[in-house]
Amino acid sequence: MGETPTFFNEMDGGGERPRPPYARYGDWFAGEPTERLRRKAREAETFFRRTGITFNVYGAADADERLIPFDIVPRIISAKEWSKLTRGIEQRVRAINAFLSDIYHRQEILRAGRVPVELIENNDAFLPKMLGVSPPGGVYTHIVGVDLVRTSENEFFVLEDNARTPSGVSYMLENRETMLQMFPELFTKIRVRPVSDYPKMLRRSLSACAPPACKGRPVVAVLTPGIHNSAYYEHAFLADQMGAELVEGHDLRVVDGRIAMRTTLGYTPIDVLYRRVDDDYLDPLNFRADSFLGVPGIFDVYRSGGITIANAPGTGIADDKAIYSYMPDIVQFYTGEKPILKNVPTWRCSEASSLAYVLDHLAELVVKEVHGSGGYGMLVGPAASKKELEAFRAKLVAKPANYIAQPTLALSTVPILTRAGLAPRHVDLRPFVLMSPDGIEITPGGLTRVALKKGSLVVNSSQGGGTKDTWVLED
Amino acid sequence: MLGKTAGGLFWMYRYLERAENTARLADAGFRIALTRSDHADDEWASIIDTASARAAFLEAGGKFDGPSVINFLLRDPANPSSVISVIEAARNNARLVRTALTREVWEAVNETWITLKSELARPVRETDLPDVLTRIRNQSALVRGATVGTMLRNDIYNFARIGTFIERADNIARILDVKYYVLLPSVQLVGSTLDNVQWETILRAASAERSFRWLYGGETRPLTIADFLILDRRMPRSLLYCIRKIAGNLGHLCSDYSVRRPSLDHVLALRDELEDLTIDQIMERGLHEFLTRFIQSNNALAGHVEEDFRFNR
Repeated sequence: MGETPTFFNEMDGGGERPRPPYARYGDWFAGEPTERLRRKAREAETFFRRTGITFNVYGAADADERLIPFDIVPRIISAKEWSKLTRGIEQRVRAINAFLSDIYHRQEILRAGRVPVELIENNDAFLPKMLGVSPPGGVYTHIVGVDLVRTSENEFFVLEDNARTPSGVSYMLENRETMLQMFPELFTKIRVRPVSDYPKMLRRSLSACAPPACKGRPVVAVLTPGIHNSAYYEHAFLADQMGAELVEGHDLRVVDGRIAMRTTLGYTPIDVLYRRVDDDYLDPLNFRADSFLGVPGIFDVYRSGGITIANAPGTGIADDKAIYSYMPDIVQFYTGEKPILKNVPTWRCSEASSLAYVLDHLAELVVKEVHGSGGYGMLVGPAASKKELEAFRAKLVAKPANYIAQPTLALSTVPILTRAGLAPRHVDLRPFVLMSPDGIEITPGGLTRVALKKGSLVVNSSQGGGTKDTWVLED
Repeated sequence: MLGKTAGGLFWMYRYLERAENTARLADAGFRIALTRSDHADDEWASIIDTASARAAFLEAGGKFDGPSVINFLLRDPANPSSVISVIEAARNNARLVRTALTREVWEAVNETWITLKSELARPVRETDLPDVLTRIRNQSALVRGATVGTMLRNDIYNFARIGTFIERADNIARILDVKYYVLLPSVQLVGSTLDNVQWETILRAASAERSFRWLYGGETRPLTIADFLILDRRMPRSLLYCIRKIAGNLGHLCSDYSVRRPSLDHVLALRDELEDLTIDQIMERGLHEFLTRFIQSNNALAGHVEEDFRFNR
C-alpha cells in the first residue's frame, strides 16, 4: 500500500507556529482556558436553537428539526489568497453565464465541437423550452455557489459549481453573528471583512434584473416550497433580511399577464421571483403536471417578459457533473483566458477507456452520480468496505453514463475544538456570488463545511458535517 | 401584506392566547382541589366543559380527577387545545410568518416552544404543577412583552391583536357560560360555600381575582362579578374590553388600507350594543342566551376578518 497521505493544515501548515493568517488568532487562542471555550461552544448551540436555525433531514425517521453542528474555531483566509480566489471565481461565473446564453441560443460551443452535442441533448438538466428565451439583463445565474477545496498552500480546486439554487448562505451570515456575540474581543483584535451586506447586495442585484413589465421600484419575492422544506429557515431568513415577501405557490396566480400575489387587499404583481423551487416543480402547465409547489402559467409569463425568475430555468445544465469535466474548455472558449481555478481531473464513465480505468482503481477514487447532490449516492473508494465497493461496481457497470470519477483529493484541514483540544478536520469552502447587469459581487467569506468525523472527507450536513465561520482578513 | 401572512399572524396570536387561558383554567381547578377537596371532582368536570373538551376527554378515557384533567389540558397531543398542541401550532404559524415578526418575537415564541416541549414531555406531577403553570404564564408574558415592545404599529400588529382579543373574548365567554347558573340573581342564596368556590374559580380563570378585590373589596355578589367580566371597560379580559380593542384595531387597519369592510361594521355594531347594555338588562333577557349569542357573534366576526382580508382565498 502507498504512504499515508499528508494533509495541508491551514492553521499551522504542518509547522510549529500558526501560518500568518492565523497568527493573531493563534495568540489569542493560546491565552484562552479550554474550559471557557468549551462553555462558549455550548452557548453557541443554545443560540442557534433559540434562533431556530434548523434543517430537516430527508429520509430521517423522526421529522425533528436538527441543528447543523457549529465549530467555534474560524477558518481564516488572507487578503492575498482571497483576491486570487475571487479573480478565479469571477472568471468562472462569467463563463457559466455565457455558456448558458450560448446553449439556449446559437450553441456555438457545440458547433465548434468543444462540448459534445449528445451531452446536452440527452441531458435531463437541459430545458428545450428555454431555447431562444432571453432572460432580463442577460443574466441566467443570479446566485452561484462555487465549491472549492484546498490541497496545499497554493492549490485550490473547484469541486463543483452550484448554478441552480445554491443554499447555505444563511449559515454564512448566522455563523458570523454568533461569533460576534460570543467573541466580540476577537473582532477588535483582528480585522475581518464583514459579510452582513449580503442580503442588501442580493436585493440590489435582483432588482437590477427587473423584467420589462416592471414599473417603478421592483417588487421582489422569495418562493419557498413551504415550512416542511429542509431549507425553509433560509428562505424565511433571506426574505426577511431583504425586506421581500416570502410566498408559496398557492399565494400566486397569473393576473393580466403578470404573476401576482394574494395580499390582504387583493392581487399585486411581482417583478422578481427568487425561487427556491426546482425547475421541474415551477409550473405544472409547462413542466411536472403533478406539482403543487409552483404557479400554473408562470413560464409563459416569464417568456413574455412579465417576471424575472432567479435563477433562470434551465441553469442546471451548467452545474451538471458530466459538464463539469468540460469547464476548463468552457472558460477558455468564452473568456479567451486560461482558467485561474483548477478543475479536479475527472473520468467520464460514459467513455469506455475511462470506465475501464475507474473499475480498475475503484478503491482509490471518488465516484459521484452525474445528477446527484448533497453527498447522496456517492462512493469514497478509500473509505469503503469491500462489500460497498462490489455493490458500487455493479451499479457502475449497469449504468456507466450515470457516473463520473475523480481522484481522492487530499483535502486541507482546519482544527476543530474537541474534548481533547484542537484536532484537524477536512474542510471545503462555498463562496456566494451574485450576478447582475451591473457586475459580479462576491461576499468576502462563504460557507466552510467541515467533516466532524476524524479522517472523513464528506463535509455535507446531511452526512454529519458541520460548519465554521469563514474569515477573510482585511489587507 | 400577503393574505396568508395576515392569517398566520391572526392564528398565531389566537393560539398563544388560548395556551395562556388554558393554563389559567388548570390553575383555577388545581387551587380548588387544594382548598375544597370535597367538591374537587365536580370542579374538574366543569373545567373540562369550559375548555369545550368533554367529548374528546371522555373519548380519551379520561377520569374527572386532578392528574387526568391537568395532563389532558396541558400536554395531551390528542387534545388539539392542550397547551402543548396550541404552542406547537402557534410556533408553526410563527415560522410561516417569520418575515413579519421581529427577531425578539420569533425568538420568544421559539424559546417558549422549546421550553414547554421539554417541560411537558413527561406527565406533570402534582409537586411540579405550580412551577409548570408559572413557566407557561411567564413564557406568555415574554411573547406579549416582545410583541408590544418591538413590533411596528402597522397591519401586522393589528392582525396580531385582533387574533388575541377574538380568542380572549371567546374564552372568557365560555368560562362564564359554563358557570352562568351560579351568577344568576335567583340563586343569590348568598354565602353558601359552594357558590364561593364557583365564583372564585371564575375570577381566577379570568385572572381577575386581584383586580376585583381592589375594586370591590370583600363584596362578592354574583351580579357584580358578571358586570365586571362582561361590561367593565378597565378590565383587560372583560368582553366589552376585548370588543373595544378589536374595534380599535380593525378601525386602524381599515383606515390604513383606506377601505371599509363588513368585519368593521360587524364589530362596531357589537360594541355599540354592549356599551348600551346594563348588567340588569342582560340578566333580564337571560345570561345564557346573551352569552350564546355573544359567542356566535364573535365567531362570525372572526369569519368576516378571514374573508375581508383574504387569509385563504
